Amino acid sequence: MIPLAHFMLISAALFCIGLYAVLSKRNAIMMLIGIEFMLNAAILNFVAFGKYDKLHMGGQLFALFAIVLAAAAVAVSLAIILNVYTFYKNIDPTVIDQLRD
Amino acid sequence: MNIEQIVFYFFAASVLISAFFVVFMKNMVRSIFLFFVTLFSMAGLFVFALADFIAVTQLIVYVGGMLVLMIFAFLLSSKTILNKSEEKKSSLLGLHYIPGLFISLLFFLILFITVYQANPDQLSWVKNSENIIQVNDNTIHYIGVNLMTRYLIPFEIISVLLMMALIGASHLARREKKI
Repeated sequence: MIPLAHFMLISAALFCIGLYAVLSKRNAIMMLIGIEFMLNAAILNFVAFGKYDKLHMGGQLFALFAIVLAAAAVAVSLAIILNVYTFYKNIDPTVIDQLRD
Repeated sequence: MNIEQIVFYFFAASVLISAFFVVFMKNMVRSIFLFFVTLFSMAGLFVFALADFIAVTQLIVYVGGMLVLMIFAFLLSSKTILNKSEEKKSSLLGLHYIPGLFISLLFFLILFITVYQANPDQLSWVKNSENIIQVNDNTIHYIGVNLMTRYLIPFEIISVLLMMALIGASHLARREKKI
């Protein structure tokens, strides 16, 4: 039997690693990976608490919905990254700073 | 310390160590491949929370779909980055990492204190819960019944949203026709 606090601590550490990647990476794909880490940390919390409610299964079902949302987000954002690359020849978000053509 | 705890902490350590290396590795191809290891070990942790269906979904959606997509996008878009990596290293002295590191360490401290004070194992609804998932339960049965009754509207909305997102992504990624 694993205590719930350990699940929460693991997901907190993973969330902070993802936060670091989002804040300080200079590559859009690495920032996307950071966002995935943060989403995965949230999903781990959902699943860990969902163990205590067998009838409604709220935790596991919302983990499922979160995975689907993450997949949709990754598909759209990778398409945007590819478009930005063909336009600017660069995917460093600190360089891309104009909205006009 | 029984075998369950040993395997759990092994998975936890492999999640955290591989995530750490994903973020701090200089070589981006290696860090994307290490992202595989993180996601696999996360699936292992889901199994320990008795969510085997979520673990399998994680393997199929993340590892099968998302990572292939990510490697594909990386190989299409990183020709210049691979060449530029050396000059960037010398010019910035790694100083721009410090604010992000500071913020994320402080945030971890806040989360740690929160978890310590919340003390989730002593919460009344966790402690007195009568319907805890048992190891030999058929969770897929419960998931299926709930998905078609209690969570029907979120299920439908999310399926429409997924279709919209995929159509939008393929529309964004298509090649412009020169007229």
